[in-house]
Amino acid sequence: MAPSTSSAITLNINGEKYTLPVDHRTTLLDALREQLDLTGTKKGCDQGQCGACTVLLDGRRAVSCLQLAVAAEGRAITTIEGVADGERLHPVQQAFLDLDGYQCGYCTPGQICSALAVIEEHAAGWPSAVTDDVRPDAGVPALTAEEIRERMSGNLCRCGAYVSIVQAVAQAAEAAGAEVKEAAL
Amino acid sequence: MTTTTRIAAVTGAVGSARTRVEGRDKVTGAARYAGEIPFAELAHGWLVLSTVARGRIRSVDDAPVLAMPGVLTVLHHGNAPRVETDYVGMLGRPNPVLGIFQHDRVPFVGWPVALVVAETSEQAREAAEALVVRYDEEPHDVAFFAGHPSAYTPQDNPMLQAETEKGDVEAQLDASPVVVDEEYTTPEEHHNPMEPHAATARWDGGRLDVVDSNQGSTWVASELAQLFSLDPASVRVRSEHVGGAFGSKGLSPHQVAAVMATTVLHRPVRVVLTRRQMFSLVGFRSPTAQRIRLGADADGRLRAFDHQALSLTSTVHEFIESSAVLGRVMYDADAHHTLHRLVRLDVPTPAWMRAPGEAPGSFALESALDELAAKCGMDPIALRARNEPETGPVSGLPFSSRNVLACFEEGARRFGWADRDPRPGLRREGRWLLGTGTAAATYPSGVGPSTAAVTAESDGTFTVRINAADIGTGARTAMTLVAADALEVDPDRIRVRIADSDLGPAMFAGGSMGTRSWAWAVTVAADELRERLSPGGGIPPEGITARSNTAEAIGALAKKERHSFGAQFAEVAVDVATGEVRVRRLLGIYAAGTIVNPLTARSQFIGGMTWGLSMALHEEAIRDRASGGHVGADLAGYHFAAHADVPLIEADWVDDPVPDDPVGIKGIGEIGVVGVAAAIANAVWHATGVRHRDLPIRPDRVLRAADGARHRAAEGARNA
Amino acid sequence: MREFGYERAFDVSGAVALLGADPDARFLGGGTNLLDLMKAGVERPALLIDVRELPLDGVELTDDGGLRIGATVTNSDLAAHPEVRRRYPALAQAVLAGASGQLRNMATVGGNLLQRTRCGYFTDLSKPCNKRAPGSGCPALTGEHHNHAILGTSEHCVATHPSDMAVALAAFDAVISYETADRPGELPIDEFYLPVGETPHIETALPAGALITGVTLPQAPVAIHSRYRKVRERASYAFAIGSIAAALDVQDDVVREVRLAYGAVASRPWRARAAEQVLIGSPASAEAFAAAADAELAAAEALPENGYKVTLMHNLVVAVLTALTEEAAR
Repeated sequence: MAPSTSSAITLNINGEKYTLPVDHRTTLLDALREQLDLTGTKKGCDQGQCGACTVLLDGRRAVSCLQLAVAAEGRAITTIEGVADGERLHPVQQAFLDLDGYQCGYCTPGQICSALAVIEEHAAGWPSAVTDDVRPDAGVPALTAEEIRERMSGNLCRCGAYVSIVQAVAQAAEAAGAEVKEAAL
Repeated sequence: MTTTTRIAAVTGAVGSARTRVEGRDKVTGAARYAGEIPFAELAHGWLVLSTVARGRIRSVDDAPVLAMPGVLTVLHHGNAPRVETDYVGMLGRPNPVLGIFQHDRVPFVGWPVALVVAETSEQAREAAEALVVRYDEEPHDVAFFAGHPSAYTPQDNPMLQAETEKGDVEAQLDASPVVVDEEYTTPEEHHNPMEPHAATARWDGGRLDVVDSNQGSTWVASELAQLFSLDPASVRVRSEHVGGAFGSKGLSPHQVAAVMATTVLHRPVRVVLTRRQMFSLVGFRSPTAQRIRLGADADGRLRAFDHQALSLTSTVHEFIESSAVLGRVMYDADAHHTLHRLVRLDVPTPAWMRAPGEAPGSFALESALDELAAKCGMDPIALRARNEPETGPVSGLPFSSRNVLACFEEGARRFGWADRDPRPGLRREGRWLLGTGTAAATYPSGVGPSTAAVTAESDGTFTVRINAADIGTGARTAMTLVAADALEVDPDRIRVRIADSDLGPAMFAGGSMGTRSWAWAVTVAADELRERLSPGGGIPPEGITARSNTAEAIGALAKKERHSFGAQFAEVAVDVATGEVRVRRLLGIYAAGTIVNPLTARSQFIGGMTWGLSMALHEEAIRDRASGGHVGADLAGYHFAAHADVPLIEADWVDDPVPDDPVGIKGIGEIGVVGVAAAIANAVWHATGVRHRDLPIRPDRVLRAADGARHRAAEGARNA
Repeated sequence: MREFGYERAFDVSGAVALLGADPDARFLGGGTNLLDLMKAGVERPALLIDVRELPLDGVELTDDGGLRIGATVTNSDLAAHPEVRRRYPALAQAVLAGASGQLRNMATVGGNLLQRTRCGYFTDLSKPCNKRAPGSGCPALTGEHHNHAILGTSEHCVATHPSDMAVALAAFDAVISYETADRPGELPIDEFYLPVGETPHIETALPAGALITGVTLPQAPVAIHSRYRKVRERASYAFAIGSIAAALDVQDDVVREVRLAYGAVASRPWRARAAEQVLIGSPASAEAFAAAADAELAAAEALPENGYKVTLMHNLVVAVLTALTEEAAR
């Protein structure tokens, strides 16, 4: 017997439960945008090559275009719509707004979700590709501009807003207690 | 009648940094882009593109696809509604690619051959992929190279005079003690805005309603009206938020397809392009092969100037990448020649891409200037100062304002240029060789007719209506500030409505003309409104509205060379063992008239410079000669700069009053790109002693050049 | 993308049983490569078996001081793991050099090993490709190949393996464990990836129906002094044009032990055994490093546009071994 090609699933998004039928082919990105009217998550390439569709899955950033909706059942999903605290912007959002960390705005939700994770990953002591010494005894690297740029590199911005995005991430990271080196600000 | 308007700092809104009025929507995900507006009964269209580069469609096997789940229709040349392509629009005759599904000819890989419409996007995609289209294939040619035997000089192209000539270039070259004669190439480049092109079309009470992502709703609405033979008043196009455009978002086949499908199906139809489809459907920057010959006296004064640029176009439409126009503005010489030539290939028609012409042209020209400076033993900035023209080198017209030397002076001071040792290949830091370079920048300051309406509301607020497009430029915010100053009220009391063709005709966001054009119209209307508002007088419930139309005033504008100018500075690090090039610093100083919003203007300049960096080091679409299509037509195959590539970039400006100009605002969206690739290439030369005349400066090219240099050094040692 | 069934597996035997002998079924890990290939039409499975929740997400020390890494460990967790960073820093660096933070959070070790090439002909159904459609030809040979292979190629395929992680695993003699319906099995990484030969579409020696369950790294004290260097056409978020995983043990200026593996130069991670043999017992000098690099690259067969990789790999070997020598001296 041919397997069923669709399922009824429940997704946990921004703390709310959504029950919906999905074609198994439907990515989390398309389910958000086309079925749940959560259009803040953007489709830039649909191939994992731009980061515009970044969301948090169980607190970790992921590209929703390469995540099947059916496989996201049971995971805690945070989208850009769930980042602010009611009317109060998250400090990362506020920094993007204040420092003009965007232009057209299309990559912005992905950049912001990614930035939230960068700050968490750094706080957890994760090294990056530009961390000179990755051995655990070397300690956590300070968030220099170079570290922020490397960690944010999975989020492309075609308007060329990188300079102010890095400044926004640095400002928000510092406010969150990270050791931020002067060079980033 | 000439209307003199005024953009003075009455309330001080213009010139003060202000965050974007739609900023909160953008950082919370609330801003909805074209593909994100819900419609009941929405159907999804998926384009099917040709896989051959030249030939005819033999058959479109639509029957099996029509039987697939959810499929509503398959439109192709055998059944699609007819459209009219014999007209002259805002930018001339339409690109024949807009006449989709009208005949069986295929002129390039990626030509639209069908549209599959289904209930869901998954169904449409699967059905589109399953559609079998058979072709009678013909031999094709997609190979672009200098000296192509079919190259021709375009005659009577409405957009550009292909050739200008003054004096005897050959004689002056012969008489020049210092000569630079070099060839430069730039590759095919693609806009790749982050938001793929998307349009939803529907019929609403007898009117065609299109929710789109474009650079000008007036423009798109008028083209659609002509294509579908509709009364212009019965077409409405909206484009509230646009996720980047860069020249690629005018009218493309997807909007035409959506209108055809909604007409056939009587329900809303959305067509969204895939990233891969964007590589053949929305234009691109042609590759260029440029030859520059400069003849100079020993003191650097130019005697001969010759810039010849070859680019490609399609077999169905003529587009010229205007690379050789810079010299018509920047540098005079006793003999002066600029020439554009084209070769027709079996590829899509190129289009305007951020700083069209100036971007590739400035790479060649400003590299050649640097080569000349080195040959003359002169500082590159001094060489440019020596050749600063009094009037337009080709037109003879006066400049409305020209402050390029002030840009160099301020830039040199801030960059620390005075301490630079001009000799190449001397500075090392670990594995990196370091160097610095500079280049000049310029871009035309054009303007287009626009209408605007400004309403004084009874609640004390004001509503500005202008069919502008905000493609990331901050147009809403800029118009808020312009109106605030003209009305002499606080910006918080102003609401700006844009991006809706029902607001009346206005210039599109292109050619760095948007802000200048819209600000003019808004200021005229606001001035009139302010005069009509009597102090203490009441305002009726419907408000008081003043309207403007700048067509006449623009027509009366004195003929002058009107341009923005700038100076670019770059510092690079090159590892010649691995070929890696890193840009460490960029500084751009501009003379671009009145800067409306310093916060967003700085972002735009820096964005342009980031494009220049990306062009210098990364961008290149690769075309496969055998198939005629691209290889790696996606964002992993087509690299543009990522976060890690982009250092701290600084942009600033010098005072640039434009005495007789009614607006005083110049364009800033494109000049940031101009000259950056040359400044970087010049810095790579300064770091390594090797000239890179082919973009992008990829690691393999740096490695080959280093190998070559070693080889030459070894030969030199043998010969010594 | 055609319609497909979806099943979630919770134990290894269940996953293997679900796959059965169905050639149209695929295991789904992070999906970062599989889903992309499905969108491109290169993969058209009828059934996906989601293995992300299998209890294979641990990284443990083995009795001999090596590491056992579960197949569903994400790239992020692997790179962040203190024992990986302490004992095999080049492995952590290699993983961090790949893809992006988002993709590393999704991608699994098992899936990473089975990544398909990013050759632009392979992923484009409108073009011939011997790896995707055996016998259709290799357009890269005369077309675009500036980032194609120079080692171990054949006239049928010059595509490269895209993994960074696998390059470090090759340097450290990783052994790949799998389960089939009948039995568990193991393959050393050298035997796991097959030479291109006439069958570029058959990439690994993994038996049909097998599920990768983990990777074991034998104890390797030399790995403590190891490094991964990657060169690419963007500073981040790009596949390599050449990379190297290297480990070096120098005593009294003489090379005692060395590991070298190259990425982006072959259809598989390329263990540079010829170079290693030249180096053992030789002085730790730039000259010796250069000679070793040349010994390996003597077998290189470049196409018109990728010969620079010979220079690049030569220079990378010298640069990274020199850096490791200096590091050891500090």
